[in-house]
Amino acid sequence: MAQRVAIIGFGQTRHRSRRDDVNGVELIQEAVRAALEDADLTLDQIDAMIIGNMDHFEGVNYVDTWSVDGTGAYMKPLLKLTTGGTTGTTLGIAGYHFVASGLFDTVLVVGWEKNSESDTTGAIITCSDPIFDRFSFSGALPGLAVEASAYMKAYGITQEDAARVTVRDRRHGANNPYAHLRTPVTVEEVMNSPMLSWPVKLLDICPRTDGAAAVIFAGERKARRLAPQPAWVIATSVRHDYAYFHDIDYTRMHTIEGAAKELYQYVGIKEPLKELDVIELYQPYSFAGLKWIEALGLCPPGESPRLLWDGVTDMGGELPINPSGGVICTNCIGATGLLRIGEAALQVMGRAEGRQVPNVNLALATGFGGAFWSDMMLLGRRPW
Amino acid sequence: MPEEEAVIYRGRIRMPYTWAVGETGSFFLTQLRDHARIWGTRCPQCRRTMVPPRRNCPRCLAKTHWLQLEPRGSLVTYTVVHYRHRIHPPQEPLIYGVIKLEGADTGLTHLLGEVDPADLRPGLLLEAVFKEPEQRRGHILDILYFRPREVTGS
Ligand SMILES: [Zn+2]
Repeated sequence: MAQRVAIIGFGQTRHRSRRDDVNGVELIQEAVRAALEDADLTLDQIDAMIIGNMDHFEGVNYVDTWSVDGTGAYMKPLLKLTTGGTTGTTLGIAGYHFVASGLFDTVLVVGWEKNSESDTTGAIITCSDPIFDRFSFSGALPGLAVEASAYMKAYGITQEDAARVTVRDRRHGANNPYAHLRTPVTVEEVMNSPMLSWPVKLLDICPRTDGAAAVIFAGERKARRLAPQPAWVIATSVRHDYAYFHDIDYTRMHTIEGAAKELYQYVGIKEPLKELDVIELYQPYSFAGLKWIEALGLCPPGESPRLLWDGVTDMGGELPINPSGGVICTNCIGATGLLRIGEAALQVMGRAEGRQVPNVNLALATGFGGAFWSDMMLLGRRPW
Repeated sequence: MPEEEAVIYRGRIRMPYTWAVGETGSFFLTQLRDHARIWGTRCPQCRRTMVPPRRNCPRCLAKTHWLQLEPRGSLVTYTVVHYRHRIHPPQEPLIYGVIKLEGADTGLTHLLGEVDPADLRPGLLLEAVFKEPEQRRGHILDILYFRPREVTGS
């Protein structure tokens, strides 16, 4: 690494189910303008840009070229990245790499999605293998539903346990003026919501959102000069397993386990529940809020419901998860992972306002996508 | 051992899309449809006038303001299309041009009509020909094409 890197700016749109008042380029530009204002920078101070979204979601394939009027990348180096659900965290990690290499000093990354412009499931289907997987495990839901099913059976988890996760995130989302869904729900309401694919019900799963996010990464000298409290990138980790839904161990989340282990070893974290101060978890449905925090090492397998019911992961608890309301409240897919990074950065900077966790020293952001792939970025108040 | 057979799957991806034009583009297109008027947007900082319109300047990010333009301009560059594809507009001869409207700083891509290709040259003065009101549907092709215009009053 040629230089240390920090996040010095974050901007996002007011996320909605549809934004007919703007086209995609204008939506992207809203987030870019917000991030530049947040960092008190102008476009000419940005050395390079990276943009990403989901393939097939808006029917625009060369998003990098098409969106230049929105990103402001005119006459700048610009790259498009897309990795499915992890697109947003891939963008953040790539922005970190750009600056850490020393080749660029200030890099703006943008993730966005206009889910309202296509059939989300139809678009996601195109990621499945056309010969052996596409007829069955198509779209976002079935893979998650069998994961939940296997996990419930293995550890005696109930649907009510999962509902408590939705209750937490929807309560947190009410504190976030940018969140798409801002009304709290009860365990009963989750349980009574329509069954989609057993055991996953409508209120267990994330919405489809129109929105964009932009994050600005800077090298150490610039970060110290430009930001009163930068959010320093401590470490990142990435784990991919298979692309096929038929070759995954659904009782464990191996990619989170591997990514977390690498991160904890690097920093010397032994008790993540005590040592982390906040987590923005890419949690596309409620059951992930149980199984995946076990994979993160917050408790032994099967014991996460106790943490949920005891309020350990609520605001005011020992380790708040998703103060922003998380993916359950807002899911503009290409932006979703970047929102986790941006929200974690706000927590470290102490600028998360109504959703601020007090005294955040270490904030973890995660990404999820593909066939159970995991990304992580650990942010801290001091450079590593 | 029987002769191996290569299995080939055929697929067809049919995806419905909708694209929100946005408030800025919607004003431009409805003015085209309802009044045969062409509007541009002007950046208060760099003073560039852009057609089609931009809500904010792509270079300065400043909020732009509306400016009505005359439906005429001059030819920047062009090509005469000799092959045929089903997405092409049914026009003979088929000529694509970049037209700079009077007062605009960006070109507008459109079709050229009522002109012999041999007479085309950069700088040729052009005017917009609109479709009949009942045929206009809020689309950039509510302008049928641009044709050479007579210069009068000189
Ligand atoms: Zn300008």
